[in-house]
Amino acid sequence: MPDSLVIKNLNASIGDRPILKDFSLTVPKGEVHAIMGPNGTGKSTLSKVLAGHPDYTVQSGEAFVDGEQIIGLEPDVIARAGLFLAFQYPSEIPGVTIANFIRAALVARQAKGAPFDAKAYYAELYAKMDALKMDRKFTSRFVNEGFSGGEKKRCEILQLMMLKPKYAVLDETDSGLDIDALRIVSEGVNAMRGPDAGFLVITHYQRLLDYIVPDRVHIMWDGRIVHSGGKELALELEEKGYDWVKKDLAKA
Amino acid sequence: MSAVASVPAGVLDVALQSAETAAFRAQDWFAVLRQQGWHAFQSLPMPTRDNEKWRFSDARTLSLDGYAPAPAPTPAQAADLIARSRLISDAAGLIVHVDGHCVLKPTLSAELVAQGVVFESLEDAVRARPALLQEHLLKHPVLLGGDKFAALHRAWLRAGYVLHVPKGVEVKQPFVSVTWTLTDGVAVFPHALIIAGERATADIHDFHLSAKADQRALAISAVDIHAGTGSQVRRLAVQAWGSATQSFQIDNTCGGRDAVISSVNAAVGSRRARLENTVRIDGPGADVSLYGISVASGEQEFDQRTLQVHAAGHAKSDLLFKNALLGKARTIFSGLIKVAPDAQRTDAYQTNRNLLLSPDAEADSLPGLEIEANDVKCSHGATTGQIDPAELFYLRARGIPLAVAQELLAQGFLEEVLAKVGHEEAAAAVREMLRLKFHQA
Ligand SMILES: Nc1ncnc2c1ncn2[C@@H]1O[C@H](COP(=O)(O)OP(=O)(O)OP(=O)(O)O)[C@@H](O)[C@H]1O
Ligand SMILES: [Mg+2]
Repeated sequence: MPDSLVIKNLNASIGDRPILKDFSLTVPKGEVHAIMGPNGTGKSTLSKVLAGHPDYTVQSGEAFVDGEQIIGLEPDVIARAGLFLAFQYPSEIPGVTIANFIRAALVARQAKGAPFDAKAYYAELYAKMDALKMDRKFTSRFVNEGFSGGEKKRCEILQLMMLKPKYAVLDETDSGLDIDALRIVSEGVNAMRGPDAGFLVITHYQRLLDYIVPDRVHIMWDGRIVHSGGKELALELEEKGYDWVKKDLAKA
Repeated sequence: MSAVASVPAGVLDVALQSAETAAFRAQDWFAVLRQQGWHAFQSLPMPTRDNEKWRFSDARTLSLDGYAPAPAPTPAQAADLIARSRLISDAAGLIVHVDGHCVLKPTLSAELVAQGVVFESLEDAVRARPALLQEHLLKHPVLLGGDKFAALHRAWLRAGYVLHVPKGVEVKQPFVSVTWTLTDGVAVFPHALIIAGERATADIHDFHLSAKADQRALAISAVDIHAGTGSQVRRLAVQAWGSATQSFQIDNTCGGRDAVISSVNAAVGSRRARLENTVRIDGPGADVSLYGISVASGEQEFDQRTLQVHAAGHAKSDLLFKNALLGKARTIFSGLIKVAPDAQRTDAYQTNRNLLLSPDAEADSLPGLEIEANDVKCSHGATTGQIDPAELFYLRARGIPLAVAQELLAQGFLEEVLAKVGHEEAAAAVREMLRLKFHQA
């Protein structure tokens, strides 16, 4: 499937502990899919395995970005292939400013030796920051250092908007956001929705899905998707809780 | 064994040293000072590894053979290097030396001259200001093990500058000195004497550079800073000698009551470079910050010895030395905080952080405290580590290739100290020198 993010029978572990168990999912380009699931079920693991994190071992399975197999590739190669991960817990990078960081990420996507248009870059950066209601002074702050939880998440979305990936995995981007920030961040994501981008949104809260309305909702349980449905599934889940999943779906 | 006639080698040649000293016949006191240096040099042994003050350094390969003073550069050479010395556009004055010869004397604004500010070559000052120099020149004891090198510096003392900012005068723009080596095998002994009077403010940028990247030279430099009561002295020293240079840098600072002193020592050059940095707090209320920053690569050895002496109480000193190591480089940090028995209410801190970017690099750290007062806050800490894998993954997850990500993180590690330079253009110049090291390695 050339125009999709395809995850096929992925088995991955941390140490000798299996986390992803025959995980499969397809996100066609242009769609937003949500994953919900209890703590520890492997949602962040999925996102990091896709991004090529070295701590996880993939036993079997494949993942494709528009037909390009990404499992086993270096993390920076995967990112340049078009997959973006907005981290649940973004790292602090002392001494590296946001402006330099995003610039380095963009330069990495250019042809070697091609000139970098710094003027256009700053114009775009400032426009996106304005849209996210981030103070322009943040450009000279060190990445995530001393940021509040909400500022870190906004910074992730700023990077997403600047790097314009084919597919983005948003891992609990809503946690730590107050209601205004949630709306601003959602507007940023919604502005990127369109035929050229696909999203996989990991969340615990229906609240986010009021703003970023998903095409499909998947429930993850013990390392795999156990149930999928339309956007109303999130509401049902919020009403009934995971016990419902445990009782009715896990055995399915 | 065949008897090899020893060739009298340059700086070790007594006749040469005496001949140069003879030129100062009219400045008797100065000639005596040089002679004392020569005699001390003769009588002192070369340091060895078993000397505690040279612990971990590669003392076996220390050699002073084969270096000689060089003649003055041609006008064309001097003009070229003067042009390359214009690193700081808002300098209050610029002095340039090439191979130990002053090729550009500073011109100060009429205002600074009227305020009594002196910024001139050491040679001129020796002749014009004997009283000032006799009071301040080379008055600090050498405490960190470099006695023999300091003695040789004294014996060949001639190049360098004197900066005197008198009482109450505040100069915001930096005084800039650029010292070059040009001739292969040259020996240079640059000296800086910095005197800040009561409540005076001075900012100094010292650049030690080589005309060629792989310059071979011997450089024994020294700086003596006298920071008077309530003065504010900020100094940036950049050691960027060519890669085949042996350098020894002996920095001494004395801070009086309420003096605020900040120094940044940046190092990128030399095959081996030793820094001995002593600060002595003589008056209460003084606030001293000492920063060090380096990128060591190839087979470089950066040997850093520091001493914070609190002779008076109610004062603060804070030290942070950061080294990034590539290739087979080595750094040695040995720091001591000494608090005298009656220096109560001292705040003294010392931190050394080393970032190993190669499995073959090695960083040694020897922090120390000697505290004789009982009411003090003192701490020291040292860490040596590698790049944080989570940070590295974060950068790579944005598409930044491994090598670029490592370099960005290493530069980020150093940025904390660059921020202390307090002069954007100078910080940018140093940042660029550090950056280049990653590409030569
Ligand atoms: N580095 C690690 N070392 C050991 N165990 C880990 C590591 N990373 C994750 N795990 C374990 O793997 C399991 C899945 O974790 P993961 O972070 O993927 O869950 P999650 O679904 O994202 O949970 P949450 O909703 O709390 O974010 C958990 O039991 C977790 O403790
Ligand atoms: Mg998670």
